[in-house]
Amino acid sequence: MPSIISINGLSKTYASGFQALKTINLDIQRGEIFALLGPNGAGKTTLIGVICGIVNPSAGTVTVDGHDIVTDYRAARSLIGLVPQELTTDAFETVWDTVSFSRGLFGKPKNPAHIEKILRDLSLWDKKDNKIMTLSGGMKRRVLIAKALSHEPTVLFLDEPTAGVDVELRKDMWQVVRDLRASGVTIILTTHYIEEAEDMADRIGVISKGEIILVENKVELMRKLGKKQLTLHLQKPLDAVPAELAVHNLALADAGNELVFTYDTAAERTGVTALLSDLARLNIRFRDLQTTQSSLEDIFIGLVTDRPAASAGAAP
Amino acid sequence: MSTPAINTHAILAIYKFEMSRTLRTIWQSIVSPVISTSLYFVVFGAAIGSRITEIEGVAYGAFIVPGLIMLMLLTQSTMNASFGIYFPRFTGTIYELLSAPVSSFEIACGYVGAAATKSVILGLIILATSWLFVPMQIAHPFWMLGFLVLTAITFSLFGFIIGIWADGFEQLQIIPLLILTPLTFLGGTFYSTHVLPPFWQTVTLFNPVVYLVSGFRWAFFEIADVSPWVSLGMTLFFLSVCLVTIWWIFRTGYRLKK
Repeated sequence: MPSIISINGLSKTYASGFQALKTINLDIQRGEIFALLGPNGAGKTTLIGVICGIVNPSAGTVTVDGHDIVTDYRAARSLIGLVPQELTTDAFETVWDTVSFSRGLFGKPKNPAHIEKILRDLSLWDKKDNKIMTLSGGMKRRVLIAKALSHEPTVLFLDEPTAGVDVELRKDMWQVVRDLRASGVTIILTTHYIEEAEDMADRIGVISKGEIILVENKVELMRKLGKKQLTLHLQKPLDAVPAELAVHNLALADAGNELVFTYDTAAERTGVTALLSDLARLNIRFRDLQTTQSSLEDIFIGLVTDRPAASAGAAP
Repeated sequence: MSTPAINTHAILAIYKFEMSRTLRTIWQSIVSPVISTSLYFVVFGAAIGSRITEIEGVAYGAFIVPGLIMLMLLTQSTMNASFGIYFPRFTGTIYELLSAPVSSFEIACGYVGAAATKSVILGLIILATSWLFVPMQIAHPFWMLGFLVLTAITFSLFGFIIGIWADGFEQLQIIPLLILTPLTFLGGTFYSTHVLPPFWQTVTLFNPVVYLVSGFRWAFFEIADVSPWVSLGMTLFFLSVCLVTIWWIFRTGYRLKK
């Protein structure tokens, strides 16, 4: 599939000397939802800023649907909608005016029907004549999304769209995002809520200290790095893992009261049956058992704290 | 490029946005300059004018009208345009302008166009107000309008530059207060530079406001400190300097982009 955004050798060093991006190469595929994860200060917002024209790149190129963001900025930018991280809105304008303003700014002729549809989809219709300053934070967030969608973009950037937003709006918003994706819009989002990325994204990119350290299909990533653990709460504590059980990937926890078995869900045989029959043979009894699967969050933390990926999710 | 060469929708959007800001703040935008101009008339025209009967054949009350309009035009154009672009920078909404498919020319057109429109309207309102105080005739109405429009555009461009340069509201105020007002007062607003000693007459030639006031006054009464063509030339020169500065600002992203 041809990529809609192509980033080649992109780097950014701020005037202060801080290198926010170190040679980024990344392709965003047409029509996908791409989640960009990374800790604070990793370079997510800088990367989005460069693509959208807010930050000047130091080196490298970016094309949006084949249009260079510097030499052909008009064509490139008219395809992009941006929802910024900060709640930066006008104060005295009405919702309707500010959304219409955005459409004009992006070079599109008036289209009240389209604006109405966006406002209705975002449950902003009954607020259309309100001044923005009278709206709550969540409503302002919706206004920013409406502004970004006003000119019917092909690519939508959502920079931390759910930061400080209540559950209802998050649900509403993700519905809008799903609808957009269904209509062929490519969506790039950054989020701190990893379960959202897990829920929404087709592909995940992890950025840390200005470098893309991983780009992977989400399902693939979960499968590759997703370890499952079986914890057995023993009736009698053990001093050590018995030699007869050495073939299983076992560890003791909670002062020998727990036996933790780590296995790969994707493997042909998980080894759970073999372990349980071995335990029965050795007369090791347990009161209770539970299984946990590593989430994207565990994987993510494992990656950015420089732990070997294989141990991701091993912590209790 | 598949997209049109000029994003007229964007220019109109910015222009409309700025004009509606003017309408929202109509009281401070239009009414307060009119009130302060009337005060100038009362103080300078009535109080002082009763002692200085006329300058170069023109009644003093009428003589100061072009200067007063210029004073308001310069201050209001600068303040308005500087605030127009500084405010989005301050609140952060500038992100949208920077991420939009608009050129520096179009952004400047929208902001400067709106600020200049407002100044021209204001200038005409002050002119109308002054008719209530002193009857007068305008010798060259088209020159008068020409100077009015050119000056409004030039100083709106100047204000736009200030608005980009300023790092706080204090700096935004300081230029009109510390530079523009003294230059206007010393630029022959309330007197003819001919009354000055020869040395100071030469010094005032370095004051750009002299050319603006002189040309504008010539359009009213055909009296001037310098030839109207020199005034026109200097006005166009200031206009070009501002245009080049703005072009440079947008090319480098100075104070706008990180």
